[in-house]
Amino acid sequence: MLAFLRLKLSAASDGYSSMAQALLQFNDKGIYCAAGDFYIDPWKPVDRAVITHAHADHARWGHKHYLAHHLSREIMYYRLGEISLETLEYGESTVINGVKVTFYPAGHIIGSAQVRVEYKGEVWVASGDYKLEDDGLSAPFEPVKCHTFISECTFGMPVYKWRPQQEIYNDINQWWKLNAEEGRTTVVAGYSLGKAQRIMQGLDPSIGKIYLHGVIANSNDALMRNGIRLPDAERITAEFKREQARGGIVICPPSAVGSPWMRKFPSVSFGYCSGWMAIRGAKRRRAADRGFVLSDHADWDDLIKAIYATECESVCLTHGSTASFSRYLREQGLDAYEAETHYGVEDDEVGEAGETKAEDVI
Amino acid sequence: MKDFAKLFSDLDETNKTSEKVRILKDYFMFVSDEDKISTLALFTGRKPRRQINSTLIKTWAMELAHIPGWLFEESYQVVGDLGETIALLLPEPGGSQDKSLTEWIAEINGLAALDEGEKKEWLLSAWDSMDRQERFVFNKILTGSFRVGVSHSLIVKALAELSGLGASVLTHRIMGNWDPATFSFHDLMQEQDASEDISRPYPFCLAYPVQETSDQAKSAEDLDVALGSPEQWQAEWKWDGIRAQVIFRGGEIFIWSRGEDLVTDKFPELHRFISELPDGTVLDGEAICFSGSCPLPFNVLQTRIGRKNLTKKIMAESPMAFIVYDCLEFEGDDIRSMPLRHRRAVVERLHAMSKHQDIFRLSEVVPFDSWQDLYDLRLTAREHVAEGFMLKRVESVYQTGRKRGDWWKWKVDPLTVDAVMVYAQKGHGRRADLYTDYTFAVWDGDKLVPVAKAYSGLTDKEINQVDHYVKRNTLEKFGPVRTVKPGLVFEIGFEAINASPRHKSGVALRFPRILRWRHDKKIEEADHLEALKSMLG
Repeated sequence: MLAFLRLKLSAASDGYSSMAQALLQFNDKGIYCAAGDFYIDPWKPVDRAVITHAHADHARWGHKHYLAHHLSREIMYYRLGEISLETLEYGESTVINGVKVTFYPAGHIIGSAQVRVEYKGEVWVASGDYKLEDDGLSAPFEPVKCHTFISECTFGMPVYKWRPQQEIYNDINQWWKLNAEEGRTTVVAGYSLGKAQRIMQGLDPSIGKIYLHGVIANSNDALMRNGIRLPDAERITAEFKREQARGGIVICPPSAVGSPWMRKFPSVSFGYCSGWMAIRGAKRRRAADRGFVLSDHADWDDLIKAIYATECESVCLTHGSTASFSRYLREQGLDAYEAETHYGVEDDEVGEAGETKAEDVI
Repeated sequence: MKDFAKLFSDLDETNKTSEKVRILKDYFMFVSDEDKISTLALFTGRKPRRQINSTLIKTWAMELAHIPGWLFEESYQVVGDLGETIALLLPEPGGSQDKSLTEWIAEINGLAALDEGEKKEWLLSAWDSMDRQERFVFNKILTGSFRVGVSHSLIVKALAELSGLGASVLTHRIMGNWDPATFSFHDLMQEQDASEDISRPYPFCLAYPVQETSDQAKSAEDLDVALGSPEQWQAEWKWDGIRAQVIFRGGEIFIWSRGEDLVTDKFPELHRFISELPDGTVLDGEAICFSGSCPLPFNVLQTRIGRKNLTKKIMAESPMAFIVYDCLEFEGDDIRSMPLRHRRAVVERLHAMSKHQDIFRLSEVVPFDSWQDLYDLRLTAREHVAEGFMLKRVESVYQTGRKRGDWWKWKVDPLTVDAVMVYAQKGHGRRADLYTDYTFAVWDGDKLVPVAKAYSGLTDKEINQVDHYVKRNTLEKFGPVRTVKPGLVFEIGFEAINASPRHKSGVALRFPRILRWRHDKKIEEADHLEALKSMLG
């Protein structure tokens, strides 16, 4: 009880100034653990980086040594080249300079992990990105008890409430089926790591063939080298006859939307899969025929649920609607605050089509 | 209501015109005649009167959603649409409903008789019976903000294909003062016009711009190539007032604005000349403020329109006139299919007969022998308090709506100023959750003083870049407005500039918009207020 009081007091009276003693602190390179001398998801090159998941805003290039979940291995080699990488299983621990580091499933994408850090009885958890709904591909999210929870809140506004994924898959299949009957090509956009594999898994293979943009096929190959099994699909190569795609479904990354690559398919009906599709204006802005609200992030209710499940004393919000969400949590009596980070901007999908916008984080 | 909500989402799910027409046709074939008319009324801007103010609607929605007021406001900033925000925030419904659109609209109209408690009870149970899409469409009708991304011409196209009637006939029939409660779908679709609405206006003939922006300025040679010899064309000054249609039928006066608002009572001064026109006359022209023989700038008229009551003072400060440029109906006959030169002769005769030529003014035909003459004259448009020229083919009929070829507007190039972005606010609709509404400032000594707000003119890519800048360079937040660190310079175009004691800068710009982003300029190189003031003339 005394220890609890002390912790609450120091958090309340010192705020940011006490961060120097905090187990994890935010500096200009990333989330830093001074006791263990390592970073979690650093955005500038460091010696030792613990990586929550392989998305580009979390797993960046240029660190000397990486630690990640073993299912992130091949995708990280594919994206970052020959790096020095050590991997862990969920529930497995390693000790870095006396600090115990353990991975727990985050349910965000294949290989995504929450990082639990323990030192002298104090426990912090950095969530990376997460969702609570079991997508059948990534290991389902597990709440981890901690003193301080470092959470994302990409969709930390009450207007974001997801429907069960099966309803969304049904909508996509129904739309695809109708397009196939009318001889159209169905093109669906979703982030190449995570969303694309979920879409593939939700598709009804009796409707037609699945085709993949090269970027997605590359990600899939890497995942398969890691032992992941995925539905059959054909890579679209330079020799591919576009006419063949009629009746089929083409999965492409957001960066390919509106590109010449996409326009070359015959009579396209185009859909976009993202949590942002919950808002009509966001869908209209992308000139999508259909918007499917399918996200790899927790919605408003699940964020709150996840935070309470950690039984944390403090929660720190790293990216998304941090200002509004932390204010709401404070009004509910939680010690919640914002941290400035560089997460939330995926920038690796600059492919054939040019820029990926910040809002294309899916 | 389910059908209507489905129609709305189906229309949302395609960007293709042909597909939208097909969806509309399917809907019109399927629903009852009452719902057809109710739909047509909503799609043509005939909304039911707002019976519950939006503050109450918001308050009750917040109670149901268990969220504080500030979070509701921030949610609205993200969504950019009140009806949608509420639909997204409300808890799952407890039941369902099967009432038709017409029944719901009748219920909304019946709310006037209820007290606040009864209204609340009604609304809460209505929400509890609807899914998200139904709530969204219902909220939009209820808050009087119903708009749909379908133009009149698409609806007309669908109805024309269903009925076999011509599109221009239907466009005309769905105009005017009809009430969805009394107008029947059967009447609308009759071979012969069954309407007895003497107030009904004709669809306005609209012009295409000769040039969209100043960077696409057209030379005299370009016009020669595009339009042919000058003898085929009639040039008139383009006035900066309100486009209006004046109707005198059965001894009654009606004045319609271009947006299909009945504005008869807004311009009582004009009634004198209208009541002396021959019965069965419809004129097309410009309602504009005039002093002596000189038109007044638009902001004088704008001030007048903004006032609820027309006081003696307001009427004295902003005296109205009507500049006539076309005649659509004469002695009860629709003469729109006659050539312009003929209609012009009628206009001139009517004008010559009038005893009120101080308020009933003729749009003078500007003589010119070559496009070069007109080009040079156009440069003096601002001295004539005009926006440029209207070019009309002398042999042309009066077209329905915007058709390319016979009517062109050739505006004078805008005035410009280089200004610094200082405030930003999120947009609405498809610009929701993006910073797209900006305030621009120029230097006054070493301070930046705001001079204009502008929304349009940037590409989607540029908007994303500016949005990115705003989010990373916010100095302060005042509600939805962010004060932005000065850093970006834009060239702002505007039609005119007027002295304005209401603005801190002392000037008001008419129709400001972004012409381009001046990446090449530092904020120190933006213009000074003196430069703007020197344009005041």
